[in-house]
Amino acid sequence: MNTEAPAQPGTRVGLFVTCLVDLFRPSVGFASLKLLEAAGYQVVVPAAQTCCGQPAFNAGDRTGARAIARQLIASFEGYDSIVLPSGSCASMWKQFPDLFSQDPDWRRRAGECAAKTHELSQFLHEVAGHRAAPTRSCVEGPVTYHDGCAGYRELGIDVQPRELLAAAGVEVLENTAKEQCCGFGGTFCNRFDQISNRMLVRKVDALRQTGASVVVAGEMGCLLHMAGKFSRMGVEVACRHYAELLVEGDGAHRAPAVGHAKGQT
Amino acid sequence: MENQSHRFDILSAEALRNHHLNSSLERLRGGLSWTRAAALEQFPQFDQAKVRAVEVKDHCLRHLDHYLEQLESAVTAQGGQVHWAIDAAAASQTVVDLCRKHSAHKVIKSKSMVTEEIALNRHLEDAGFEVTETDLGEYIIQLRQEPPSHIVGPAIHLTVDQVAQTFAEHHTDHPSARRPERAAVSDLVTEAREVLRSRFLEADVGITGANFLVADSGTAVVVTNEGNADLCAVLPRVQIVVAGIDKVVPNARETANLLRLLTRSATGQPCATYTSFFSPGGHAQSPPDRPFHLVLVDNGRSRLVGSEQQDILRCIRCGACMNHCPVYAEIGGQAYGSVYPGPMGAVWTPALVGLERSAVLPAASTFCGRCESVCPVAIPLPRLMRNWRAEAHERGLDPPATRLGLRLWRWFAERPGAYRGVTRAAARGLAWLGRRHGYLRSLPIGRGWLAWRDLPSPEGQTFMDLMRGDERLQ
Repeated sequence: MNTEAPAQPGTRVGLFVTCLVDLFRPSVGFASLKLLEAAGYQVVVPAAQTCCGQPAFNAGDRTGARAIARQLIASFEGYDSIVLPSGSCASMWKQFPDLFSQDPDWRRRAGECAAKTHELSQFLHEVAGHRAAPTRSCVEGPVTYHDGCAGYRELGIDVQPRELLAAAGVEVLENTAKEQCCGFGGTFCNRFDQISNRMLVRKVDALRQTGASVVVAGEMGCLLHMAGKFSRMGVEVACRHYAELLVEGDGAHRAPAVGHAKGQT
Repeated sequence: MENQSHRFDILSAEALRNHHLNSSLERLRGGLSWTRAAALEQFPQFDQAKVRAVEVKDHCLRHLDHYLEQLESAVTAQGGQVHWAIDAAAASQTVVDLCRKHSAHKVIKSKSMVTEEIALNRHLEDAGFEVTETDLGEYIIQLRQEPPSHIVGPAIHLTVDQVAQTFAEHHTDHPSARRPERAAVSDLVTEAREVLRSRFLEADVGITGANFLVADSGTAVVVTNEGNADLCAVLPRVQIVVAGIDKVVPNARETANLLRLLTRSATGQPCATYTSFFSPGGHAQSPPDRPFHLVLVDNGRSRLVGSEQQDILRCIRCGACMNHCPVYAEIGGQAYGSVYPGPMGAVWTPALVGLERSAVLPAASTFCGRCESVCPVAIPLPRLMRNWRAEAHERGLDPPATRLGLRLWRWFAERPGAYRGVTRAAARGLAWLGRRHGYLRSLPIGRGWLAWRDLPSPEGQTFMDLMRGDERLQ
């Protein structure tokens, strides 16, 4: 679905950082900015962004999801591409047209936005075509990659982040739980916490078995969920968004891993 | 079985504590998904067959009236009788009346989910008939008076030791009454076979379900690995087939295509041990006037036609969705409190028993989407679950705390200025609280999360705050 031409100078990308990155991990927002600019795009952060509306959509509140979608469409439709560092939020954007089945005008506008919406690794890999010179990653040693369900199954994100990581010199050790959901699921992890926890344990056990000391994913919800478990278990595994690993790091200015205090790895 | 879906929270908590269940599920996890994957590797036409199956099932649903009438004519023309049942009570009553009419005493059944759905065994027993399930798994749970835990393997939640124990309790006059701790699977199978043999021979009525109903030939297709359906259909003097109206398929050719998908998706077999085609007066040894009844059950199905939930009517009951569901893998099938567990059950159950009694089922999913990715008839299960959530939300059936949280969140999400204010405060506050370790262990909200994991603290400032003054923020 990549209809856009590869970046001509001045191609404008609207960056939607997602609510969890905004609140918990701005580093991922800045890494995304850097990567897109390094690939030759003019990046704008539209100020009206809050959340993609997924919580409302998945809770069955279609009116709420529609209201938020309208607001986002209106502030992003002017850009050539819309890019997000999250598979599940990108997938939400792609489902905006479904919210307007009764409203042809908004449906068209939602459809136009959906067509030019990309998850960050997909955009860098497929649309930008690796144009940014690969940098040396700030993370040493092998990592293992967690496939966020929505990105993997709804958008087909699989090789893109892996190849971007490889190009930055990061060794990815595959785990045996590629198909296994971490149990986050938005409000699921709180409402059905015992079931969610069992799923999470299964997931983190498989990640640990790789021996990698860093878990990388493209989904802030999963990262917070897994990092919260590692910390509760007292296990020293660092959780990071892949975008953080793709930018050249000098160490000093790098944020500690998700759920780690300053001064920790 | 009385629907217990509203007790999902209690039942799933019990399931998580059940060690027997846990060890059964441990063996199950991965096993069935692996056999399916291996079968698909040997069948490169899977995607093609899937596209065809979707077309055909959708076509049948668009012309359901036509195919059901064609089916009725074909069955009637061969001397069979067709009975229409609008709901569960009517369906059970029809079967009870038929058994009475044919002066039956003993009834044997082969595995049939629709008869679980209409609680047929209870109705037959209340009416004084002796009912025996003959599928090994169904027989085991019948002895234990339990509901099935899986639509293909109803006793999949039990360990061999539990089965041995159950047989020891019930087969007291069986010559080889074995000590449960020494039972081997093959011994248990032999024992069940010996006990069931006489039941087959003594039965007056044999009841089967149907995997497919072939409209143009008036044929019920039943797939088993034990051959028990064939004995149920052939040995007793009266044959009754009970099936949902969604099971109708135009002809044998399309049935064959669906069969190729069904067995591979269910158990990883290229075809089942027995695939039987039953028509009225069907076999050489049967008397020409042997009664054949087909009971067609609606029970909420026709209401789904033309609704946004219609796609679930394509379901061919292979169980792949539950075999690949990470939630089912932790709690098993009985926790759902419905005869249909797992993802397909979360969509079927509200249609059958009402959303007010089952709204929790479509809520209990992370929408990981693995069910949809393995479904051989491409049912968008997460989307259908989400549709139920939307109806639950509209009708106020979702939990009050969820509704309140959602309203608050939405108020801010629609007002970027106010949203910046609360996120700024939250980012700073949480970062300060977690400043020593980088995470938080207690908070006044989020009890479910904090019971099992820490909350990683934010970096301290929001992205939007850090961007202030940056020309790229527009």
